[in-house]
Amino acid sequence: MIEMQDVSKTYSNGVTALSRININIEQGEFVYVVGPSGAGKSTFIKMMYREIRPTHGTISVNGINLSKLRHNKVPLLRRNIGVVFQDFKLLQTLSVYENVAFAMEVIEEQPANIKRRVMETLDLVGLKHKARMLPTELSGGEQQRVSIARSIVNSPKVVIADEPTGNLDPDTSWEIMNIFDEINLRGTTIVMATHNKEIVNTIKHRVIAIEGGRIVRDEAKGDYGYES
Amino acid sequence: MKRRVITDMKARTFRRHIRESFKSLTRNGWMTFASVSAVTVTLLLVGVFFVIMMNLNRMATTIEEDVEIRVHIDVAANEKDKDYLEEKIGQLGGIKSITYSPKEKELDNLIKSLGDRGESFKLFEQDNPLNDVFVVKTKDPTDTMKIAKQIEKMDYVSSAKYGQGKVEKLFNVLKISRNVGLVLIIGLLFTAMFLISNTIKITIVARRREIEIMRLVGATNSFIRWPFFLEGLWLGILGAIIPIAVVSSAYYYLFDFIQAKLIREHFIKLIEFNPFVYQLSAVLLIMGAAIGIWGSLMSVRKFLKV
Repeated sequence: MIEMQDVSKTYSNGVTALSRININIEQGEFVYVVGPSGAGKSTFIKMMYREIRPTHGTISVNGINLSKLRHNKVPLLRRNIGVVFQDFKLLQTLSVYENVAFAMEVIEEQPANIKRRVMETLDLVGLKHKARMLPTELSGGEQQRVSIARSIVNSPKVVIADEPTGNLDPDTSWEIMNIFDEINLRGTTIVMATHNKEIVNTIKHRVIAIEGGRIVRDEAKGDYGYES
Repeated sequence: MKRRVITDMKARTFRRHIRESFKSLTRNGWMTFASVSAVTVTLLLVGVFFVIMMNLNRMATTIEEDVEIRVHIDVAANEKDKDYLEEKIGQLGGIKSITYSPKEKELDNLIKSLGDRGESFKLFEQDNPLNDVFVVKTKDPTDTMKIAKQIEKMDYVSSAKYGQGKVEKLFNVLKISRNVGLVLIIGLLFTAMFLISNTIKITIVARRREIEIMRLVGATNSFIRWPFFLEGLWLGILGAIIPIAVVSSAYYYLFDFIQAKLIREHFIKLIEFNPFVYQLSAVLLIMGAAIGIWGSLMSVRKFLKV
């Protein structure tokens, strides 16, 4: 599903964020990416949806070789990848429904499909009854659920989440994790960068630890391994 | 069946782009107003300049057609000498026509052109003091002076005259006003484009998050660009409306007034309203659209690294 071979990234200011990364993530896996701040987690994750390109090595996602992918084909790659952020990135002037529908409209889906699929997805994240509300009228956890709904509404094969519980209190974080588990159970690959020790140690999944731009640990059903 | 679905989808997408572009026009009210005004001022000047230049050009061609060299033949020349001279002039490059006009005809013309006062010249019919003349026309009126000088050096030529000074002056005035106008207009065009690209830059900044999400969920680059492209187009077209209205109606109402005066005093005709003004309107509209599109492309390329 996601394969990296000998991947390195050096930024134009000379900072090396990643060096010689080799990794293979199978379809349907749930992977935590852990490590101290500034270790290269963000770079690692952003490379998967080609927000950042490696200076060396090859990455392939869903069978597409990203280093050979032409610029105008990137949108097609992104349609198979859902992305969730710590700060939700919702459009404040649009309702919950419109925020989710937006992701389908801009890739020119049929209106009839949009309506059905958005309601289905909002039901999955438990927000069907709040479809008409604005993001500002929701709690942080609810806003994150809207953003998750938006990331999966186009049925991507993989969801990449960058600290999705970073801004949420513990109780809410568990709710969000339950949703990710639900999505994973339906066959979607999930890659999640996180600092949340309890979650990683309780809901056991594969753990990839990155330190100083290198993978220092990669274990199935691993531990968080750091003092939080 | 499948084809139909695709075309339906395209139309719907297009409607969405149009809706979005109008939304940003109203959202950035003041910037919209500023850019439309800039285009308006620019095109108004372009329009007025165009009308004046085209008419001046028309006058120049009319006058140019009248530019001729009058070769006064030496009184000592006999028929053979005249034939020889005519042949020599004909051998110069760039000659359109040579017409012989005997001195009797010259006197007639003189008397006619002086009207009542010409009567007194009739006395000269007995002993005509004028010369026989070759009237020479050149293919390119700007060559007139050069050719006149060459003819003047030939044998049997007493003098070669053309509208000395006047012709050069007219050409100079035309050239200078053309250049000054062009510089002015190019400067204004850039100002208008700069303002439009700034307006669109503001739209892009205001919609940064929207654009970010569109890119994340896989909207194509052209899908993202279209609304901005259309916004630029509307700004340009909106800016062209007032100049077209003003220039057309001004030409329509001033035409008769100026025309009457010009014909009476100078025998000069203006360019007819139809189709000139319609062509001019089309030019202004296209220029407005081009300024708008160019302005938007500049900012989109810079600020939307998609």
